[in-house]
Amino acid sequence: MATLLEQAEVGPELTSADLGRNPWALAGRRLRRNRIALAALGLFLLIVVLSLAAPLYARYVAHVNPFPPNLNGHTVVNGKVVAVMQQGGGTLHLGETPIGPTWDLGHYFLGADGVGRDVAALVLYGGRSSLLIGVGSAVLCGLAATVVALIAGFFGGTVDAVLSRIMDVIWAFPVYLLAISISTELLTHSNGFQFGPLHVSASSLWTPTIIIAFIFVPYVYRPVRGQVLAVVKKEFVEASVAQGAGNTRLIFSEILPNVVSTVIVLLPLMVATTILTESALSFLSVGVQPPNVSWGTIIQDGTSLLYTRPWVSIAPGIMILLTVLSLNVLGDGVRDALDPRAKLRVEG
Amino acid sequence: MTGPRDGGAMTGEPLLDVRDLKVSFRTEDGLVKAVDGVSLTLFEGETLGIVGESGSGKSVTMMSVMRLISDPNARFEGEVLYKGHDLMTLNPDQMRSIRGTGISMIFQDPMTSLNPVYRVGSQIAEQIRAHDHVSKQAARDRAIELLAAVGIPQAAERVDNYPHEFSGGMRQRVMIAMAVSCNPDILIADEPTTALDVTIQAQILKLLRKLRNDFGTAVVLITHDMGVVADLADRIAVMYAGRIVEQGTRREVFYDAQHPYTWGLLGSIARLDRPKPRRLAAIPGQPPSLLRLARGCAFADRCAHRFDLCDEQPPLLDRVGGNHLDACHLEPKQKKELRETTIHPELIGNAE
Amino acid sequence: MLTFIIRRVLWTVLVLFVITVVVFIIFFKTPGVDPARAIAGRNPSAQVLQEIREQFGLDKPLPVQYGLMMKSIFISRDLVSYSNQGVKVVPEIAAATPATLSLVFGAALIWVVMAMAVGVAAALLRGTVFDPLLMVLALIGVSAPVFWVGEVANLITQGTLHDTFLFSWVPPLGYTPLTQNPLLWFKGLVIPWITLSILYIGLYGRVLRANILETQNEDFIRTARAKGISERQVLLRHTLRTSMITFVSLFGLDFGALVAGGALLTEVVFGIHGVGYLTYQALANLDLPTIMATVVYGAFFIVLANTVVDIGYAWLDPRIRPT
Repeated sequence: MATLLEQAEVGPELTSADLGRNPWALAGRRLRRNRIALAALGLFLLIVVLSLAAPLYARYVAHVNPFPPNLNGHTVVNGKVVAVMQQGGGTLHLGETPIGPTWDLGHYFLGADGVGRDVAALVLYGGRSSLLIGVGSAVLCGLAATVVALIAGFFGGTVDAVLSRIMDVIWAFPVYLLAISISTELLTHSNGFQFGPLHVSASSLWTPTIIIAFIFVPYVYRPVRGQVLAVVKKEFVEASVAQGAGNTRLIFSEILPNVVSTVIVLLPLMVATTILTESALSFLSVGVQPPNVSWGTIIQDGTSLLYTRPWVSIAPGIMILLTVLSLNVLGDGVRDALDPRAKLRVEG
Repeated sequence: MTGPRDGGAMTGEPLLDVRDLKVSFRTEDGLVKAVDGVSLTLFEGETLGIVGESGSGKSVTMMSVMRLISDPNARFEGEVLYKGHDLMTLNPDQMRSIRGTGISMIFQDPMTSLNPVYRVGSQIAEQIRAHDHVSKQAARDRAIELLAAVGIPQAAERVDNYPHEFSGGMRQRVMIAMAVSCNPDILIADEPTTALDVTIQAQILKLLRKLRNDFGTAVVLITHDMGVVADLADRIAVMYAGRIVEQGTRREVFYDAQHPYTWGLLGSIARLDRPKPRRLAAIPGQPPSLLRLARGCAFADRCAHRFDLCDEQPPLLDRVGGNHLDACHLEPKQKKELRETTIHPELIGNAE
Repeated sequence: MLTFIIRRVLWTVLVLFVITVVVFIIFFKTPGVDPARAIAGRNPSAQVLQEIREQFGLDKPLPVQYGLMMKSIFISRDLVSYSNQGVKVVPEIAAATPATLSLVFGAALIWVVMAMAVGVAAALLRGTVFDPLLMVLALIGVSAPVFWVGEVANLITQGTLHDTFLFSWVPPLGYTPLTQNPLLWFKGLVIPWITLSILYIGLYGRVLRANILETQNEDFIRTARAKGISERQVLLRHTLRTSMITFVSLFGLDFGALVAGGALLTEVVFGIHGVGYLTYQALANLDLPTIMATVVYGAFFIVLANTVVDIGYAWLDPRIRPT
């Protein structure tokens, strides 16, 4: 999975000093012309909106609170009142089986899960968690990696050597191993853990966010550091130094803008990766913890019902697929738009 | 090793006859006319120099002759006759059989023009075996011969070296060796010395001359530097903004230049045998955008002698005398005056 | 060349050391986790806890514990699991390795062949509708979570369509050793192979296509064409040879990561008791010795893969060979 980031082609440096036109405007124009990328962006935003609207759906459309178990609940199917958990359902007619999809938006659209909860509402709430963690960890990772890369690339020498070695060691860890290790460890603390004055509870969504952000820092660090080094060598930076510009000013006004494009190109891809990682961790029960749900946890819940009520597992998976797919397509589009070496394209 | 293959020399037909070649590229900004109606001829054993700035269309012209432009947005018009056959109509297999054997090409940057992962010997052998059925050993021996012929010392050992183990000048020699390996009728050299030091430049040009003399290969030498063609070329074509603006023998172009752009090019040569000018004369301005070509003469913007006709009609190539053509609206008398009074003292003086 | 290898080996050892120390610290040093309690089970009395501590050496200082554990992994190989009483960890991992290797090798074979087909086809068919079509399929492969694909595969092959001729041959979930029943070994691995390879076909197909298209713009490809060699030769001997360099390096890294236990999601979903499965179980049960052993095993393979790739890279690209 991490190789998605490894071989993401990072665009060559854009310097507004080089190009006659503003490279951002040029990129924006190219992106706007890329209809497929725009469609992908649209799809992603649609999913985000739907997920954020989970409480609205639950309250006003489905009229459920999807979190507590609802073993004795009832709903309306084809005008008739039915129990959410059916006696002796399934092929073996044993025990209780939740109802399947009704395809009725107001009543258990995708059916019920193992404890009678409304799957459709859960999937929307799951989207909230997955997207929050996905975007949050990607942004956090980008920030952290940029800061470290700026320091390493700018100061060079021992600082660079030490930081890069640390990154190498983190990088050498098998990604899932590290994530699962840290998650498992932190989750056994029912009291959460301390970051100085900050206390994060074990079941907070911040836990997976921070962990996932951390494990991917080396993958973003490398290309960003490469970019910082390239920019530091450029003449206009030397010119600024000659003019007596201080370090902070240099970092912020000269180097950072040129490096930002690298991170932006990587961002959609990063979010795609973090969403997939979170879903895997949640599936293994070391990601999002109850009472929160995420797409990964719902898939896990659905495995025991896989052969009787497959939609419990299928639906969240489709959501992940669509979200990650749209992010990948968008990522391709952003990369193409920012690439000054883009081949001359035919109009229309 | 014999000279020209067919009896073209007998009939006086040109070996290569480019007729009104037009090459344009569709881009997101519009249609770029890289080559806008170029006609030139090349006879057996002669050396044609094509001179112009970057963007003049000189490389695109010859790459189109070889049909090496694979850009799907490219559009071609006109004819390219090689020994009477129009290359533009050949299918890929037929074209492939001409590349390397009939017409060969070497490029500007020898660092990137050779495949870095294969030894030079095998790259030369690859070309030989693509056109001749010879054994691997025979091809390898021939490669060693060729390397020696182009002046690579210890050819028998160096044949197994990788490109990055050679210096720039040596690499270009390897390229030349490879290009002449199948005795082509025509060798196209696209800025062969631009990426090299001045001293190496001279060596490479000397090598080209030697090969030409020994094997009678016709050479097309593309460059932006008049000094490079001063020695080697029999005839010269000067290109600007996708068109030929002057064409003639070396003597005609150097001593009887008719076009203001040519004057500019000649004026910018630094000469060792004349007193140092106050300033090397540069041609002011920039080459025009090939997207929006002017209605009239493309050089008008930068020409010191422009007048109203220049902006209205593109000048066609006129005959001055014999085969000396130029594309300028000025009267021949005017040109002679301007050249002799204003510019001549800074240009090349006496004939050698 | 020799110094290069020696330097890499030393680096490997160092990294292994650091990784094991870090994992050790994560699991042993964090307050609130008492391994003795985990081993003891329910409501242990203080005396039982003390005995356990002595027996497992948990009352010794941490560096000593670390040293002892490393010794029992590498030298005496008698490290015992915390959660499965009496089970020796190192042989357990050794026994699980064939399952992982079977899974990973098979999947790798499929994905390399298919990815090359997809990448080359897409590049050659550029301009037609097949190029974007193949790339979309590849993207879908990359975008679907592998464990979900596995579950859906199970749904189809074990459930819905199991009784049809299409999938009736699929055995129940689990791994059968090759030596025990070759046919069953094969049948039980087909669906897991395909599941695992889907992601990588998508990934590598895209990488290869991008590399081919980029390489085709290189000057030496232009030279190759100018030499008059056939398009097929240009593609195979020049374009592919260069584009495959990235492909091969990435493959080495991914393959190493999978052998190291990275296939754990697939193993869990299909009930294949390989090293990844073992790792996951150990982590879930906080079975610290097993965790340490699998970490050592895994990290070793990853760093080994890195080294092989670095050496391989030098072999593939003469420019970076140390002269």
